[in-house]
Amino acid sequence: MSAPNAVAAAERGLLEVRGLVKRFGGVTAVNGLAMTVREGDVHALIGPNGSGKTTTINVISGLYRADGGSIAFDGGELVGRPAHEIARRGIARTFQNIRLFGDLSVLENVMVGRHVRTRVGFVGALLPGGATAREERETRERAHELIRFVGLDGTAAVPGRSLPYGDQRRVEIARALASEPRLLLLDEPAAGMNPAETDALVVLLRRIRAQGTTLLLIEHDMNLVMTVSDRITVLNFGQHIAEGPPAQIARDPEVITAYLGGTSDAA
Amino acid sequence: MPRAFALAFAVALLAVVPSLVHSDYVLNLCDLAGIYAIAVMGLGILLGYAGQMSLGQAAFFGIGAYTSGWLTTHLGWPVWPAMAAAVVLSALVGLAVGYPCLRLSGHYLALATIGFGIITQIVLVNWKDVTNGSDGMTGIPAPALGPWTLDSYGSYYYLVLAAVLACAYVAWRIKTTRVGRALEAIRENELAARATGIDATRYKIVAFVLAGAYAGLAGSLLAHSIKFLSPDSYSFDQSVVFLVMLILGGSSSIGGAILGAVLLTFLPEVLRPLKSSYVMVYGAAVVVMIIFMPKGLAGLFGAAWTRFAPRRAPPLTAAARPATGAEPT
Repeated sequence: MSAPNAVAAAERGLLEVRGLVKRFGGVTAVNGLAMTVREGDVHALIGPNGSGKTTTINVISGLYRADGGSIAFDGGELVGRPAHEIARRGIARTFQNIRLFGDLSVLENVMVGRHVRTRVGFVGALLPGGATAREERETRERAHELIRFVGLDGTAAVPGRSLPYGDQRRVEIARALASEPRLLLLDEPAAGMNPAETDALVVLLRRIRAQGTTLLLIEHDMNLVMTVSDRITVLNFGQHIAEGPPAQIARDPEVITAYLGGTSDAA
Repeated sequence: MPRAFALAFAVALLAVVPSLVHSDYVLNLCDLAGIYAIAVMGLGILLGYAGQMSLGQAAFFGIGAYTSGWLTTHLGWPVWPAMAAAVVLSALVGLAVGYPCLRLSGHYLALATIGFGIITQIVLVNWKDVTNGSDGMTGIPAPALGPWTLDSYGSYYYLVLAAVLACAYVAWRIKTTRVGRALEAIRENELAARATGIDATRYKIVAFVLAGAYAGLAGSLLAHSIKFLSPDSYSFDQSVVFLVMLILGGSSSIGGAILGAVLLTFLPEVLRPLKSSYVMVYGAAVVVMIIFMPKGLAGLFGAAWTRFAPRRAPPLTAAARPATGAEPT
């Protein structure tokens, strides 16, 4: 792992979450969370079920509105901005319960991911040739590249919903990467994957990181988390209880009692 | 390009219809089918592409028809600018209605569009100074093209055909470029679409405006074809007919929308000898078709095409695809 280089390259927080609060009725799902994701890192967000991980990701990506606190992304405030604008600023995501455009082909799914990087609107659509044709061709080529990048060669024409579960997760990753995000949020990317698929996922995550994309990852598979992460934030009851590199987190007594339940290897 | 060839053949076939068919009755039905097809294609953009239910399409149809009728009879406008005004006004009403309505979804959206349709019809019946109420509006002129007046069903057919082709082209261009993909993404999973950077509200309004514009054009074409307008033609029932035409044809298919409109324009005429029991048979026929063709006529032809046309791509995991009908609305 190239941890020392990464630390030297990026001390600045690409994403800085401060005092984040999200309530649902009487339940406070996220309660004053603070977290700093450094540029270039693979940052894992872990914690027991119900600790507020997915809620945090949903607030960052603008699908939920925060009840308090701030989220700074590259210095700009995200709280209060709609999801599509947050995506435009360079944050893409995948979903815990896969949300593909099921009836659309894998290629079309990934092409939709180019939305924020393309321009052709209603008028452009009516003028074939020229800029429209060029953009359409580039979108298609880039989507094909990404389908190869995530290892789904030969599936471009297949409807998204007809792929096996693990492959659907890869389509989601390709779709997210199509927007050329600076920060990619992955909500349990290994859920439902067998060990071989998980190993392939680790390789993929490293290749994404090597391209300079920062990753914020929610994951229950501790082997995966410990293998790929540069830093880990541990949540419990909507609050941050520890943040640091994997080795330090694995030794943290509070983390062990709250989350790992006394063993340091919970996979 | 077997597909392009098939398309050219279909257009050529449609172009010779008036020289083969000499019955004004049949040609009038052909004109009507084309006019309905335009309104149905518009609904296809809203419901088929973007997945937004509307049961108010006949209201836009009526607004287009009455705008065209009023401008030509009351203000003496020539037909073409009146037609353009009908399209623009219907689109603007689409914008005005779409903006508040699209904060709703599913059943609530459907109910809101029904409400809009009913209000529109009440206005058409009661705003007598403009619409002449239940007595209807008469004396609407036929359009003229240079020295020719398109006042025969045969000549009007070409105007309708040209409009259908233009509308199909626009719908096809939208479907196969960025805007169409964004609309389909919203239909498939709105949350994921938003997280992918698509401004879902804005795109849904665009779809509503387009649906309104298409229906407005169709209404205007109807006004100058039958030259008489009565509010009954723009009722909730007509909205349901448009919806059935679309679903029967195959909701996100342009060819399907046209086929559905043609089929359901001619079917009642074919069943006319059954007299009063025809509605029952018509209803049963529609139900049977929808049960056996959940993807509509387009799905049926698509399956036949895949089966019999030579294919380059290998069939991939076709068996893994779940049964159709995922989107019954």
